[in-house]
Amino acid sequence: MTDTSRHEHHDGSPYAPHTPAETAAMLEAVGVESEADLFDVPEEVRFDGALGIEPRSERELRAELSGTLAKNDELTEFLGRGHHSHYVPSVVEDLSRRSEFLTSYTQYQPEITQGFLQALFEYQSLLVELTGLPVANCSMYDAATALGEAARLAGRVRQTSGSTVLIPEVIHENKREVLDNYVDGTGLEIDTYPMDDGIVDVDALAELAGEETVMIYAENPTVRGTIEERLTEIGEVASGADALFCLGTDVVALGLLEEPASVGADVVVGEADALGLPTAYGMGLGVFATRETFLRQVPGRLVGASEDAAGKRAYTLTLQTREQHIRKERATSNICTNQAWVALRTAMHIAYLGPDGLVDLASQCVREAGSLATALSELRGVKAPVHDRHHFREFLVRTDQPAPAIARDLEASGFAVHVVDDHLLQVCVTDVNAARTEALVEAFEEAL
Amino acid sequence: MNYDQARYGDDDRYEPLLSEKDTTTVDVGESSPLPDDLTRDSLELPGLSEPELARHYTRLSQMNWSVESGPYPLGSCTMKYNPSFTEDVAADPNGAVHPDRSDGTVQGTLEVLYGLQDSLARIGGMDAVTLQPPAGAAGEFTGILVAKAYHESRDDDRSEVIIPASAHGTNFASAAMAGYDVVELPSGDDGRVDLEALEAAVSEETAALMLTNPNTVGVFERDIVEIAEIVHDAGGLLYYDGANLNALLGRVRPGDMGFDVMHYNVHKTFATPHGGGGPGAGPVGVTEELAEFLPSPRVREREGHYELYDPERSIGKVHGYQGNWLVLVKAYAYIARLGDSGLEDASAKAVLNANYLASQIDYDIPYGPFHHEFAATAGDRDAADVAKRMLDYGVHPPTTKWPELVPEAMLTEPTEAESLDSLDDLAAAFDAAMADSDAELEPAPSKTTAGRIDQARAARNPRLSWRALGEEE
Repeated sequence: MTDTSRHEHHDGSPYAPHTPAETAAMLEAVGVESEADLFDVPEEVRFDGALGIEPRSERELRAELSGTLAKNDELTEFLGRGHHSHYVPSVVEDLSRRSEFLTSYTQYQPEITQGFLQALFEYQSLLVELTGLPVANCSMYDAATALGEAARLAGRVRQTSGSTVLIPEVIHENKREVLDNYVDGTGLEIDTYPMDDGIVDVDALAELAGEETVMIYAENPTVRGTIEERLTEIGEVASGADALFCLGTDVVALGLLEEPASVGADVVVGEADALGLPTAYGMGLGVFATRETFLRQVPGRLVGASEDAAGKRAYTLTLQTREQHIRKERATSNICTNQAWVALRTAMHIAYLGPDGLVDLASQCVREAGSLATALSELRGVKAPVHDRHHFREFLVRTDQPAPAIARDLEASGFAVHVVDDHLLQVCVTDVNAARTEALVEAFEEAL
Repeated sequence: MNYDQARYGDDDRYEPLLSEKDTTTVDVGESSPLPDDLTRDSLELPGLSEPELARHYTRLSQMNWSVESGPYPLGSCTMKYNPSFTEDVAADPNGAVHPDRSDGTVQGTLEVLYGLQDSLARIGGMDAVTLQPPAGAAGEFTGILVAKAYHESRDDDRSEVIIPASAHGTNFASAAMAGYDVVELPSGDDGRVDLEALEAAVSEETAALMLTNPNTVGVFERDIVEIAEIVHDAGGLLYYDGANLNALLGRVRPGDMGFDVMHYNVHKTFATPHGGGGPGAGPVGVTEELAEFLPSPRVREREGHYELYDPERSIGKVHGYQGNWLVLVKAYAYIARLGDSGLEDASAKAVLNANYLASQIDYDIPYGPFHHEFAATAGDRDAADVAKRMLDYGVHPPTTKWPELVPEAMLTEPTEAESLDSLDDLAAAFDAAMADSDAELEPAPSKTTAGRIDQARAARNPRLSWRALGEEE
């Protein structure tokens, strides 16, 4: 058998190393005649048909899939709203793909998995520095599910006092749906509070918050890219109502905007995949950080420092009695497999940028959004930004002409933007597409 | 086998932390384009040059075990080989698109997702599939929410989910998250579901029975048809936990066994890399009757055009977008690479490997016949100690002390990816560790980067960041 045929043969799994002679020897050792004899399955539930999936060689499949994905149109995306893209350096891509990281699993044997444990401990530590909160877990699936977990935590720690979670009336619709599902089995109710020209209407919020409130959720930046101006007051409203203050944000914004701990946040959720992960059709990495008080209520994995037999510092998964494999139906969450590998990449990217690089990148998100909004505003029948606020990465654009038609024209010229409403678009600019803003403005003008 | 894991560092620690290599504080206000009251005052983080960063993470990687390092027979985790080419497929820049793009501009992405929905439906014997849940547990939660929506749509208020005592911990947690009371079902003497106990447990409160088959000791629930009948007669649904699907590919389909809803662990069965704890993906398959409740959106094809649509009575979303794309595309590639014959062979070899390994070790295995995994017992030895000693023989040990059905359990799943030689090495490690005296087990491991780690100390005095370490000094 030549090397080629070994890898191209189609009559078995190419990733099972057995030669026919080895298979025969193993069957003999087990004491059966064929593999089929090993299956203790009643006749009536056996499947005798064909699945109908045609095997392909690696070469064929790579050609086929690259052809399929090439059917995606080449567009310059000015898209955000919870899934943000920044340039990911090659070194992050390269190091994270080392098979020792990529093909390992949860660190049930910490002595032989110190490398990944340390990387996750470092990720947690970076999030502690960025949020100012002392506890960060080593990942949630994404920002939406992290918010769901935060509401559930609030429900548990404030269960005697109430059952209402207050969220802004303007929130990503997907996030709202996920939150609804996460609280479905809890008896918690979700209520909304009004916004005032793009940021929280704190007076209205204060009216709504009361004894029944277990958590107040606010975002900075908001889904429309506005930067919140009254965070400390929101925190005060929350503590006045004995409710948790949950702040939604993202890992780049954390480098520049007000530190969550300094404005009284009890829980920080959001997306960390903005660093470390290229645009990935919405695949995420959810942040979850909180105060020491709620340590034993935290969902997900936590890595802690300890010592080994030699007296050296070593890392291990810890406080596992919170988790499903020990606590079963009384666990803080059902999460098991998480987004560890994305957390590894995000930590690499933060360490690559350093504090200067991160502040620069975040500042660029403010400057680029500002100048693009100004440029678009100069077009006839266009107002940008709609809200008279500072913006981070993205902003709303009001158009006299129908927004869907403008978006379609932009798409034809090679640009993708969000349609928010009949006369509202949303545009997101980062380091990745900043070089194309002038072209976008030109195309926008043509579309009007 | 001789083995010594890399061990960098000095007398106090192994590889220094990022923060011990560099810590820089910047004054944020100075360079900020925003008014001072909207920004943080300062930011303190490590910043490493690219060469330093490369060395740090390369060293960490060398202090980590992986499937490509050697056998990794964690029971119920299916640590099989992850084909390299799937990484290249996932890295295709044409696939790096935003989820809010209009359907017409992401036909390639939607075609892949549609193809995966279709493959999974075929493999599971299911009628409809959602790819949205980002992990197995998320799939369980989704599946139970779908079951709940189904019952509610019939004005049938049910409050309980029945789960065998030996089930995966996530089953209990997922059912509870969806608001159900959990009814724990004791196992029968043969490790299987006890039909009488099940008869006694079901009632008009039964929303579902969650079951994995083969079960968590690798034994096939031969009474599955009767089990399905009992649950269905009570008006409940049958949920299939796909964690053990690697035993059955192409040979048995959950749909044919009477399951109404199931999840797939693509990071187990379909060889997407486990990434040190994730990301995975936990697609959910259902029968026609439940399809209208699946999360929105799903992908459908109309005259060669792919589009997203919301199922009629959808439960809504369970993930911010469409789940873990980079994982899903790898699963699609793996399934297509193997096809019918490869998938069937993967399961056959996974079951053969487990049986061969079991035949080569000197351990009692209380329950059988088993399939892709078996639960050996360490007997009067501590399974955790035996496992630590196995590390010194150059292999990763199995899952220990679970399921509790087997005392001092060592739940072992070698997968189809281990060769005969590798299985012999693994068997030798099992037996050598068991033959060693308590005095040899107690200080183990010694060949790994770190020696035995004090777990109690970590929990008693939680230090979860370098800031916490610094405050202590």
